[in-house]
Amino acid sequence: MRLRQGQFSFLPDLTDDDIRTQAQYAIDNGWAVSVEYTDDPHPRNSYWEMWGHPMFDNPDAAAVVFEVNECRKEHGGKYIRVLAFDATAGWESIRMSFIVNRPAEEPGFRVVRQEVDGRSVRYTIESYAVREPEGQRYA
Amino acid sequence: MTEDPATEAPRPTSVDLAASFEESGVREVLQELDDTMIGLAPVKQRIKETAALLLVDQARRQMGLATETPTLHMSFTGNPGTGKTTVALKMADLLHRLGYVRKGHLVTVTRDDLVGQYIGHTAPKTKEVLKKAMGGVLFIDEAYYLYRPENERDYGQEAIEILLQVMENNRDDLVVILAGYADRMDRFFASNPGFRSRIAHHIEFPDYTDDELLQISEIMLDEQNYTFDPKARQAMAEYIVARREQPHFANARSIRNALDRARLRQANRLFQEATGPLDGPTLSTINESDIRASRVFRGGLDVDRPSQKEAAE
Repeated sequence: MRLRQGQFSFLPDLTDDDIRTQAQYAIDNGWAVSVEYTDDPHPRNSYWEMWGHPMFDNPDAAAVVFEVNECRKEHGGKYIRVLAFDATAGWESIRMSFIVNRPAEEPGFRVVRQEVDGRSVRYTIESYAVREPEGQRYA
Repeated sequence: MTEDPATEAPRPTSVDLAASFEESGVREVLQELDDTMIGLAPVKQRIKETAALLLVDQARRQMGLATETPTLHMSFTGNPGTGKTTVALKMADLLHRLGYVRKGHLVTVTRDDLVGQYIGHTAPKTKEVLKKAMGGVLFIDEAYYLYRPENERDYGQEAIEILLQVMENNRDDLVVILAGYADRMDRFFASNPGFRSRIAHHIEFPDYTDDELLQISEIMLDEQNYTFDPKARQAMAEYIVARREQPHFANARSIRNALDRARLRQANRLFQEATGPLDGPTLSTINESDIRASRVFRGGLDVDRPSQKEAAE
């Protein structure tokens, strides 16, 4: 199951050139671009691992593509996303987020039903990937 | 998400070099170079040649005759104060206008910015600098300090390897300019053959002549709305001749420092002599005594006098 999170996730995978164009848009708007990776694709997992510092003072997006490729070398089998953080007062939040790398096999999620208080049922989802310990998910 | 090849504009069958010369704004950069930089005739000649080469290359690419990005890394060799950094700034502008770098900013670094202090510190530091310079020009001042043959565990070697790798793989993203004294750069290139082969343009900066330095001093003063009176101009000419003979002479930089000190003395003089209100011309004229008071006329700094130096050794 293909993970749909963030921008462009219903489009075909972005090429390096697409990543550069998008990152350049963020930089031109004055947002700090950063690269993050994870092997826990749950939608509520907002804390991905940071790949280096956010790039506050790089005027050109080639640096972002460079870092994405460096990150792919190390974590090519995991999810990698590019974020753009807007520091202006009132926003102070992520303005862009898109996945630039995904594992070859994406096992998807299962629904877990929990019976509580009589006949009530609580639902939650769990990624099949996280049943393996960290570092052993996604081959 | 790539553009459909069918919708691409057809390739032109002929190009007008003169028109692209005008359009790209290269003329203004070259004109500015001519107007603002005194002397440096061989350097200007080389830059014009480089600009011509790049224009032709650009035209060839439009017609589909060339696909490879030419190697644009350069080395600037010359004594201190001969305008290497200033020319690098103009070069960044030129490359930007021709579309060879996307942003055209100049990042100036020295060994300290590239080489770390402990194991594992160098690579991230060098990469950080390279990332900052992407889309522009990386200017490495006194590049020969990167290589220290006397210490085989020196981290400079690591920085050199990363530099070489990025210079080769990210040729589209940044242009590296190495700068330094001619003799030391020659030794640096001799011990790092990888660098020599990756640098296409070696540009030598000659020393300024005494006349050129005098012209430069007048331009520097003019920029700050100061002027020499005629006698001060004569004193400055003599100052330049005397300063050149003394140690640590750094061409235009020495002149700038001398002028800064002359302005200091002028301010002091005005304070001591002024009895009433001062007018504009008085406030902006450097006179002979401001220049003549320099230690250069008395043989330079005490520590640099040859007799003392020999005695110390």
